[in-house]
Amino acid sequence: MRPGSTTVRWRMAFLTDRLTLAVAVLVALVLGMPLLKPLFAAAFPALDRPLYEADSFLALTLDHLALVGLSSLMAVVAGCAAGVFVTRPSGAEFRGILEAVATMGQTFPPVAVLAVAVPVMGFGPKPALIALTLYALLPIVENTVAGLEGVPEAVLESARGLGMGPVERLFRVELPLAAPVILAGVRTAVVINVGTAAIASTVGAKTLGLPIIVGLNGSNQAYVIQGAVIVAALAVVLDFGFDRLAALSVRWRRG
Amino acid sequence: MITFERVTKRFEPWTAVDGVSLTVEAGEFCVLIGPSGSGKSTLMKMVNRLIVPDEGTIRVGGEDIAMLRPEDLRRRMGYVIQNVGLFPHWTVERNIATVPTLLGWPKARVRDRVSDLLDLLKLDARRFRDAYPHQLSGGQQQRVGVARALAAEPAILLMDEPFSALDPITRGALQAEMTAIHKATGTTIVFVTHDMDEALKLANRIAVLDHGRLIQFGPPLEILHRPANDTVRDLIGREDWGLKLLAVETVGQRVRPDVEKVPGAPLPIDAPLRQAIAEMVARGTDRLPVVDARGRPAGVLHLSDVVRS
Ligand SMILES: Nc1ncnc2c1ncn2[C@@H]1O[C@H](COP(=O)(O)OP(=O)(O)OP(=O)(O)O)[C@@H](O)[C@H]1O
Ligand SMILES: [Mg+2]
Repeated sequence: MRPGSTTVRWRMAFLTDRLTLAVAVLVALVLGMPLLKPLFAAAFPALDRPLYEADSFLALTLDHLALVGLSSLMAVVAGCAAGVFVTRPSGAEFRGILEAVATMGQTFPPVAVLAVAVPVMGFGPKPALIALTLYALLPIVENTVAGLEGVPEAVLESARGLGMGPVERLFRVELPLAAPVILAGVRTAVVINVGTAAIASTVGAKTLGLPIIVGLNGSNQAYVIQGAVIVAALAVVLDFGFDRLAALSVRWRRG
Repeated sequence: MITFERVTKRFEPWTAVDGVSLTVEAGEFCVLIGPSGSGKSTLMKMVNRLIVPDEGTIRVGGEDIAMLRPEDLRRRMGYVIQNVGLFPHWTVERNIATVPTLLGWPKARVRDRVSDLLDLLKLDARRFRDAYPHQLSGGQQQRVGVARALAAEPAILLMDEPFSALDPITRGALQAEMTAIHKATGTTIVFVTHDMDEALKLANRIAVLDHGRLIQFGPPLEILHRPANDTVRDLIGREDWGLKLLAVETVGQRVRPDVEKVPGAPLPIDAPLRQAIAEMVARGTDRLPVVDARGRPAGVLHLSDVVRS
């Protein structure tokens, strides 16, 4: 085998990889949407403005991502911490309450949460952030608890018996073994939030939902399509990305 | 080495261990045996404080273990359980290195120690060092479990039914390994089992538990010859008491120091009588020549001497 060939093959694999392709499509859509203006003009001849131009799609996408990223991050930190806490002996009694609260958070439709948050926090990204965080909490808490409970009893007993302290057990054994399940919860939360963040533009958060809302209000189907396509591409990219992470978190199973 | 002083543990309303006093000497291979639920695991887990006694004191090397930090105590003892409990996300090497790593040994020393242990447990380093537990058979996994427990050269090894889940052949091989390791390292071993054959084969002394009480504590022959009560008799098995005795007693205890010449391959003097009987049946004879550890003639074993009590 020639020395360069593995690199070449690796590059080929990278180029044909579905995550790379999805990212390429997303980037092309975000940056190249203005180029499609003639296409939208032809498809919707009745419209004066066939392209959403009030904000750049790049700015909307970045804001959308920031909202999803920040809310998911807060949910991961709070959800994992809560999940770890209620699976320790000292926190066991709070487990029922936590699960009830998290389930309730998820029973409210996102629009209702947004509607309640607005009078309290005013318009803007803040109520959206709160709503999305609450929304992401349930799958993360649920999966953290399930993941930690799934660690085999014999593994925990030998960890204790060999002299690992509670912190060592948590970080070296329990969390790594629970990681695939926790990650699945985070994935669910993030993918839901990408969609919900679009609705958040109704309360004044600038997201990819903005062209959709504006388009729906003004009967501009082109705006709706432009926003929706990018939201969809974004969801696909994140989903594929989590696939990759999931494979990494269980590498030892194939090893 | 390990002293239990009137140790009691209750799981209300049940008394799992009831006023047990017992001393395991340094270097001893002590087997705890008893019916299911008799308190064997509970008694053993109190040694490394996985369970804390309600009453009584446990001393290890003279120190009251209630005074020690549990993690420090446990890192000085090996612990092996029936379900092995290897860390599935770590390689064999990293599993074995668990305690040395916790103790902060230098990397090179850990690596050398892992190599020695793979040898000791007859695991091919090239094949297994970087393997993950799910790639190993049950027997191989338990070998790694034993290696992991021995890694930091503990003075005490605690084993809770370590071989119960293995097939008879694998179990036999691991039992032989344990006897060899015990001889080679002088580690004090406390070993839980419910299999009397295993206990007789491995133990210097056997402690019989029933309903949380210590019924009898003595060497295998004493247990066989003077069972303290019916529970002990049941554990031995009334039908094959004689066969168990043959497995424990050795040729040396029955050999006649004759100078008489007997043909055929000689038996080693430390072979169990069971092996002698098997040889006699196979060869169709009632006498066999015996040699000592250095291969010099040590006399003759007669069938009539084997069956005489
Ligand atoms: N955590 C616990 N909570 C309540 N009861 C327990 C607990 N652990 C043990 N017991 C009880 O204490 C008794 C002794 O249990 P132990 O596990 O020591 O028995 P054992 O001799 O090891 O039995 P086996 O051979 O089945 O493993 C049993 O009756 C068991 O039900
Ligand atoms: Mg037990």
